[in-house]
Formats: sequence, structure tokens, C-alpha cells
Amino acid sequence: MPPKSPITPSASSILIWLRRNLFSTWYNCLLTVISLWIIYLGGQGLFLWMFSQAQWTVLQANLRLFFVGRFPLDQIWRVWLIVLLVSAVTSLTAGVIQWNRTVPISVGILTAIGLSVAPLVGGQRPELIWVAAIGSVALFNLLGGPWLKAHLSPRLISRGLPSVWFLTVFMILWLLMGGLGLSAIGTNVWQGLLLTVLTAVVSIALSFPIGVLLALGRRSSLPVIRTLCILYIEVIRGLPLIGVLFIAGVMLPLVLPSQVQLDAVLRAICGLTLFSAAYLAENVRGGLQSIPQGQMEAAKALGLNPVLVLSLVVLPQALRSVIPTIVGQFIGLFKDTSLLSIIGLVELTGISRSVLSQPRFIGRHGEVYLFIGLLYWLFCYLMSLGSRRLERQLGVK
Amino acid sequence: MAKLRQGPRWRQPRVRDGMLQALVLLLIGLVIVYFGANLIQNLQRLRLPFGFDFLFTKSGPSIGETLIEYSPTDNIALAFGVALLNTLRVVVLGIFLATIIGIGVGIARLSDNWLVRKLATVYVETLRNFPLLLQLLFWYLAVFLKLPTFENRIQLPGPIILSKNGVAFPWLRANASTSTWLIALGIGSVLAFLLWRYLTRLQIEQGRIIFAWLWPLLLLMGLAGGIALFTQHLPFDLSQPQVDKLVVTGGLQFTSEFSALLLGLTLYTAAFIAEIVRAGIRSVSIGQSEAARALGLKPTLVMRFVVFPQALRVIVPPLTSQYLNLAKNSSLAVAVGYPDIYYVASASLEDTGRSVEIVLLLMAIYLTMSLLISILMNLYNRSIQLVER
Repeated sequence: MPPKSPITPSASSILIWLRRNLFSTWYNCLLTVISLWIIYLGGQGLFLWMFSQAQWTVLQANLRLFFVGRFPLDQIWRVWLIVLLVSAVTSLTAGVIQWNRTVPISVGILTAIGLSVAPLVGGQRPELIWVAAIGSVALFNLLGGPWLKAHLSPRLISRGLPSVWFLTVFMILWLLMGGLGLSAIGTNVWQGLLLTVLTAVVSIALSFPIGVLLALGRRSSLPVIRTLCILYIEVIRGLPLIGVLFIAGVMLPLVLPSQVQLDAVLRAICGLTLFSAAYLAENVRGGLQSIPQGQMEAAKALGLNPVLVLSLVVLPQALRSVIPTIVGQFIGLFKDTSLLSIIGLVELTGISRSVLSQPRFIGRHGEVYLFIGLLYWLFCYLMSLGSRRLERQLGVK
Repeated sequence: MAKLRQGPRWRQPRVRDGMLQALVLLLIGLVIVYFGANLIQNLQRLRLPFGFDFLFTKSGPSIGETLIEYSPTDNIALAFGVALLNTLRVVVLGIFLATIIGIGVGIARLSDNWLVRKLATVYVETLRNFPLLLQLLFWYLAVFLKLPTFENRIQLPGPIILSKNGVAFPWLRANASTSTWLIALGIGSVLAFLLWRYLTRLQIEQGRIIFAWLWPLLLLMGLAGGIALFTQHLPFDLSQPQVDKLVVTGGLQFTSEFSALLLGLTLYTAAFIAEIVRAGIRSVSIGQSEAARALGLKPTLVMRFVVFPQALRVIVPPLTSQYLNLAKNSSLAVAVGYPDIYYVASASLEDTGRSVEIVLLLMAIYLTMSLLISILMNLYNRSIQLVER
């Protein structure tokens, strides 16, 4: 079809696009009108609420509560140090394996956001310095990573990076729990986003090996082990998470000797781990099923013993193929940490409850829930972004 | 020679496997004995006997919303019954509504209308990425409790009455002839279904168009007309909510707690169902619908006879897990103060301290519910699966 007017090709192409995508048939016209009406209603409501009714001071006044809760102010440098450590090691890893050029850009953006938000948290200079330090260390590592890769042997890198991560975990645990010259900080002041991230990360780290073991057990040829694993997986998957947390909270103190006192955070982590492991086992099982029998037979023919067959041939392939579902499970676990507020922990959702009970901010639910919802969203999005990068790195199609 | 190849006895596969399993059993047995001993000791220390007699001797917690008669002086067993009904009410309604919305949004994501497609995408991506608990709190605290008080209630046409206390809208109410109608129509539907199946088979075998749907429909319509003449009543009356001295009577009334829970659960699960439906329809190869169209089938028939039955095979297994998730997530009711199983269980625990029994009860109820849903869905799944020789 020749264009009617060669002078305005863009206008006519827009019209063609509109016609093809929005008004192709009579019912599409109707649907378009209805959709526009919904967008108008929703957009207008949201716009009016955001700029005339919402009072955002509730966020400004409580920003530190949301992030670290009632963590003692004179010890807050520990949290900053942890953020610095994590971002340093992450950026070093990213730099060494050369993820992408977009990573330095996002570090720059995050630092800029941090620099503009930091004054709101405490309004003091030290926080600005921390943010600047974190940003510059991250950037330095990102840019220095390729240099390291060029000058160090690949063997050293593949051995070194995991040990650096391992050390970091211990540094973080030491900074949080105290001991060895640092004063101990009780778990009752771990609150807000800090507690959310902490419980999620620990539960993820613990549930992963348990889940893999359960998946292997479920496919084992030994009937006793198989039955036990199936029983565990199916019972846990039949219960709601809040029920599992309830059981962990009520039963753990009863089945442990009375001298052992598990605090609420540890019991919650136990519950989350037990719950998540069952679901993870099913995901890993899917990956195990996708490995052809010939792989194992070939490995056995080469003389590998069963443990080596699993750890060198089967598991790397199986886990690689289920990265998306495993990350999906982790994202679910991160969102599920919000349930800890029901059993009395003051994580992100819990701290929002105490913020909303301040007399000044009664009834500001919309603002607070929007804000912490965005925080949850940000972390979930970062996880799925990381998983996609990892998949590309490992060459999964 | 043979002995050399076999090696020592404990390295033979059968012996080794047996020993490994015995070891695992022994370990688990030891753990159970250790935990059990601690449990008995701790229960003795707390002076708690074991037994389910407390269910019938102690009075239950107060429950704000009941479907059957209940007062806090009744026993705990009845409280659990009331709570079970409350949970089932949310689960059954939620599954029904989430399926409808989910299928609608899933098809909208495949629409050839750009705006509809994008709207559905925004819906799915937004609802899937925020914690369900947050959504429930949002619906309850930021939406339903922000409605005006009952004195300043909103009256929408319908009439639908909205206020802080909840929602009321018109609903059907049984009358004297309802049972006659239901029995007659039940038998009639079975007959009509059998007739339809027979006629459809005849139509396929003989290749003639004999309007297989027409005769069963006529049968049902005739039957309905007959009952209407006989009983002089419609099967249901329409009951409208009416405000009488600051109390709503008639119609169907949902409290704010129930509405928030139902809305939150439904919209959240529907987002997941939408993705399942989309993936299912996408999984049917385009050649199938092209071939069907080449045979002269109309688009609606292509969907009904060719695409959807094949998509269903992909859809049903993950759909079952979504139904299970909805049933389990209904336990978040406690966050909005709706008295479900979990609420009554934790309230009874506070009253009696009988933790072991209540944990067992809680597990038994949820496992039974999950099992029932999976059995039903698996039966359905078997009936639609591809039969291969």
C-alpha cells in the first residue's frame, strides 16, 4: 500500500501502528477504550494521591528505622563496613570475570542515590564519607578486575575468589555477632531491612546444600533413604510457611534440652531453611532428571566413583540447568521473610508496623507500604538480574 | 579369582547399601529418641500432660466471624470446626475467582491489542513481585479500613453498600421451591449431558450435522418450563441488602477482613495462574491452529477443540500447585484478623499451652486439605492427559 502523503510518513506510520495494534476489529476498539478508561482512572487516582494526599515525611523521619531498626548508633559503622565489604568483593568478582560494562554505570548510579539519601538517614557527614568510600572501592575493583585477570593465573583466580568470599562471610558474622574484641550485639536490635537481608541470606545459604541432598536422596536407589526424603519433602510442601514457622517456634524449644536457648531469630531461620529446602529439592530434582543416563554411565566407565560422578559430572550440569527456578525460589524466600513479622520479629514489614503505630504517622499505610514494597521489589529484581548474568556467563541457552 | 574380584564382603554393593540404610535409620532413630526424651522432660517440667481431651473440656477463643453458631463458651473442638469452615470459605471462593481472573489475564497477555497486552503485563509483574503479606496489609489497612464509617457509607448502584464494616451486595436466596428445582435440574442435567455425548458421537461417526447441542438444550428448557408451571416460583429469590437501624440485612455480606483476604489472595494467585495459562496456550504449536483453520473451523472452535484441550495438559499440573499455594497462603488471614485455622490454633495455644497437640492438629488439617486438592486435581489431570499406546 503506497503512503498517501510522502511528506508525513511518520504520522501515517503511527496511524498504521494504531490501526494494527489498537483498532483492528470492533472488539479491539472496545477493549482499547475500556483499557484507556482503566488507565485514566488508575493513573488519575495515583497521581492525585501521590501529590496531594500522601505525606512523605513519614519516610524521611523513619528512614534509619526502616534500614537498620534500633541498631545502636555508635555501632552503626559495623553495618557500613559490612556494606563496604560486600560491595568490594562483589565488584571485584564482577570485575575479574568481566560481567558487563553496565555494571560500573549501575555502581555510579547507586552511589549517587546513596549520596543523596545519606543526609536523610542521619544528616551527618560520616555517612556521606561511607557512601563515597563504598562507591570508590567498588569502582576501583571493577576497573582493576580486568588487570588482575590479565596478571594472575586462572588457577589462582578460581581458587582465590571463593576463599575471599568465604573470608568475607566470616568477617560479616564477626562484625554482627561481636566477640574477639568487638562487643556483642543482641539479635533483638537486628531490625528492619538489615534483619530481612540477614535472615534471607542465611536461610538461602543453609537451605541450598540441604535441598541438593534431599533431591539426591529422593532419586536414590536405596528405598529407606528415598522414602524418608519423599516423606519430608511432601509433608513440608503440604504445610503453609506460617505453619512451619509456628512449629519451629513452638516445637524447637521443646525438643531441645532446656539448657539450650534458641532466640527468635535463630528459630525463624531454622523454619525458613527447613521450608525452603523442601521446595529447592524439587527444583534440583527437575535438573537431575534432565541429565541423560549416558552421562553417568560414561563417567563410571572412566573409573570415577559415585561421589565424583555426582560432584564433577551430574550436579554441575543439573544445577546449571535449573538456575532460573532456583533463583525464583530464592526470590520467593526473600519475599516470604515478611511473614516473620507475624511471629513477632521486627524485620522490614515488622518495623513498618511500629512506624505506623507512632502517633504522628497513624493512617499513613499507603506511603509506608509503597516504600517497603519498592525495597522488596528492588532486591528481588537485583536477584533475577544476577541470575540472568550468571546464566549467560555459564552459557545456558 | 572370583573372591578377588568381589573383594571383602562389606564392599559388595548389596551389603554396602544395606549397611548404609541401616546407618541412616539408626541415626534418625537416635535423633528422634533424643528429641523425644527432651520433649518428655520439657513437658514434665512445664507440667503439661499429653492428650486431646482439652479439645472438649476447655472453652475456645472468641471468634469474630462465624458461619455456624458459636460462642466462646463452646469447646475448642467446635472453635476448630468454625475456623475450618472459615478457611474453606476463603479457599473455595478464592480458587474459583482466581481461576477466572487468571485465565482472563493470561489470554489478555496474548491479545493482539497492544494496550490490553501491556496492561496485563503490568498487572502480572506488579503483583508477583511484592510480598503477599504486604498486599494483604495494603488491602486491609490502606483500602478497606480507609472506607467511610457505616453512618457515612457509600451506596453504589446495585445496590452495593461499602463501608468500614465491609461490603454487602445482592445475592440469591433459597425459597420454598428451591429443592424441587435443584433436584429436577440435577437429574435433567445428567440426562442432557448423556444425550449430548451420545449425539456428539453420532455426529462424529456419521459425519452429518445434527445439532448435538440443540436437543439437550431443548430438553433442559422444557424441564425448566415444566417446573416453573408446577411450582409457580423461580428457583431463587433475589435478596437485596437493606439498611435497618444501622444494621445491614439481606443480600450477601462480607466483612472487611474477609474481603481484604479474599481480594488479596485472589489477585495475587491470579497473576501466577495468568502466566501458567499463557505458557500453556503458547506451548500448543502454531501448526495445530493453522491446520484446524485450514479444515474450516471457526476461531472459537479452534480454541475450544484444538488449542485449549492441548494447552490444558500443560496447564493443569502447575495450576494444582497454585491452588495448593492459595490454600496454604490463606493462613496469612491472621495478619488481617480473619479467624482462620491458624488464628484459632495460635489463640488456643495461648489459652491452653498444649503446644504438641495443637501443632499435630494444625499439621493434620493442612496436610488433609493439601492432599484433597491434589487428589482432586490429579484425577482431573488423568482424565485430560494424552493417552498413548
